Amino acid sequence: MSSDTATMPAMAKSERTSLALNRTPMWRQRKKLANYLALLPYIAFALFPFYIMVITSLKSNQEINNLSKSPFWATGITTDHYVYLAQNTGFFDHWLLNTVIVATVSTVISVSVGTLGAYALARLRFRGVEMFGVAVFITYLVPQSLLFIPLINVVNAVDSVVPIRDTYWSLILTYPTFLIPFVMWLLMGYFRTIPVEVEECAYLDGCSRLSALFRVVLPMAMPGIICAVLFSYTLSWNEFLYSLVFIQDQAAKTLSVGVFTELIRGDIYYWGSLMAACFTGAIPIVVLYSFFMDYYVSGLTSGAIK
Amino acid sequence: MAAIELRDLWKRYDRVEAVQGINLDIRHNEFIALVGPSGCGKTTTLRMIAGLEDITAGEIRVGDRVVNEVPPKDRDIAMVFQNYALYPHMTVYDNMAFGLKLRKTSKAEIDRRVRDAADILNIGELLDRRPKQLSGGQRQRVAMGRAIVRNPQVFLFDEPLSNLDAKLRVQMRTEIKKIHRRVRTTVVYVTHDQIEAMTLADRIVVMNFGLIEQVGTPDEMYNAPKTRFVASFIGSPSMNFLPCRVVSGGNGSLALRLTDKLSLAVPPERAARYRSHLDREMVFGIRPEHISDRRPNAGSGFEEFEAGMEVVEPMGIDTMVFFSIDGIEICARARPRAVGPVGEAMPFTVDMNEMHLIDPANDRVV
Repeated sequence: MSSDTATMPAMAKSERTSLALNRTPMWRQRKKLANYLALLPYIAFALFPFYIMVITSLKSNQEINNLSKSPFWATGITTDHYVYLAQNTGFFDHWLLNTVIVATVSTVISVSVGTLGAYALARLRFRGVEMFGVAVFITYLVPQSLLFIPLINVVNAVDSVVPIRDTYWSLILTYPTFLIPFVMWLLMGYFRTIPVEVEECAYLDGCSRLSALFRVVLPMAMPGIICAVLFSYTLSWNEFLYSLVFIQDQAAKTLSVGVFTELIRGDIYYWGSLMAACFTGAIPIVVLYSFFMDYYVSGLTSGAIK
Repeated sequence: MAAIELRDLWKRYDRVEAVQGINLDIRHNEFIALVGPSGCGKTTTLRMIAGLEDITAGEIRVGDRVVNEVPPKDRDIAMVFQNYALYPHMTVYDNMAFGLKLRKTSKAEIDRRVRDAADILNIGELLDRRPKQLSGGQRQRVAMGRAIVRNPQVFLFDEPLSNLDAKLRVQMRTEIKKIHRRVRTTVVYVTHDQIEAMTLADRIVVMNFGLIEQVGTPDEMYNAPKTRFVASFIGSPSMNFLPCRVVSGGNGSLALRLTDKLSLAVPPERAARYRSHLDREMVFGIRPEHISDRRPNAGSGFEEFEAGMEVVEPMGIDTMVFFSIDGIEICARARPRAVGPVGEAMPFTVDMNEMHLIDPANDRVV
């Protein structure tokens, strides 16, 4: 009992000092708060279109068309537009599925080919390697709105052998034309940041060039490759022009074109369903990004050298 | 464990000739250090042995086979890189096991070898970590461990200690020496630090401008350099070089006249060697440790003179004293107690038995 009372004040004192040491100073807390406050306008600006999309998709047609009501919030909530999408359009049955197939296949093709190409341009020393790099960049600069005209000819020519016109195969064939240069350009820079010595060490450890690429270089380039996958996927997902030009069949359309052609009839805009379609179409991309975010920002190469 | 032979080895880049026809025999289990200033071709030579650079001309033999056309993976060579080059996505264990896995070694054997190497290097408790969780010294150990487990014919080191801080560098130097004693194998060690070369190597190869200046034991390099470059490169602080004239000192003896007032007598046993250079302008080379305040009681060949101290650098065990003769700065090594305040004149004794005479026409030591 007596020993208890003797140790108690001592403990209280040590706790007090440790608390005092751990406390964040006031000025630092204020700075933190200011940082977050400064971010708010940017977040509001970035999320505003998304908000309008969601809120409009949940309003009834009467409310949308009633100009005396504020467009910024809803007074009643309805799922009519989503039901309309499911029952009266090919949104879920065809467009979404087509888009997933086209985006996935063309991303797989583009990233596989682009990774190998980028590695070659970044590492191999052959005559004209720099010219190749520049050529890839120039290809990337040619606008799609010019390229689609000659590409129609290409699609027609291929179609005379294998029927691809009016199917998503025409998109899988043409998307890599802009995705591969993009992936190559992105990954070339990334491969150059990987220390050559690590690769050379793999050769001495018993790797051939190809096995060093797969066992050492690609794992180290993972953040870059995931970045390339995300961007390719998003680019294919959002692609509009080729999809509009190469596909007329309602059931073969992708999201971007399906929504545009089926939910806008002349000068009549099905605003509620349009917004519902846009919102639903954006969800997979948002999920994809948040899923890979950690990978995307982290650097895997740290610790290799020095 | 194999001997290495380099025969008329050339490496030519677009315009630069990095290595210009060198010949070198590295014996079985020998520790060879390649030293020289940056750009002298030492790393290029090492990389050619490893197979990471193509050979322009000549021949490299490892053991009894010519490896010119053999890819790096089949040369049975391990290399420790200057920046360690660990695989960042693998644990320390996997880093070390990687080479063995590729060679299809059994799991039990891999485990035994990795743990043995980890024991030798004191990294047993780090095996589950990733490279980025290690300090510089630990990464260095892992890089060496990765080479040791493979039990290769030849070990190559490319300036392995130059990224470590001074204290750790000395520690790892000793460690490398211990490891070489335990894991007997042929080692080629590239460094620009002559102290590393002196302390570690059985023989040193000094390179300059793509050519070998001299090959020899550390003792030979220090005491009997063949060229002015080797004389100045080995030893720290560097050897003093003074222009002089070889003159006759009467009764068949020789002397070196450094200035009008200062002449130093050449020891009689060296006179015969230098006689052919009588009355010629030569360069007198003497190491700082052979210009001292110590005056031996016995022995011959000691010459004395006096000079005013300009800079004094205490190093603890000794003090480096700088003075100049005819505008040329000279460094001497004195006992700390014998050194007075800067500006004062101090008597020095030169041990002429340790002198070198260099012919300025070809920079070779006579």
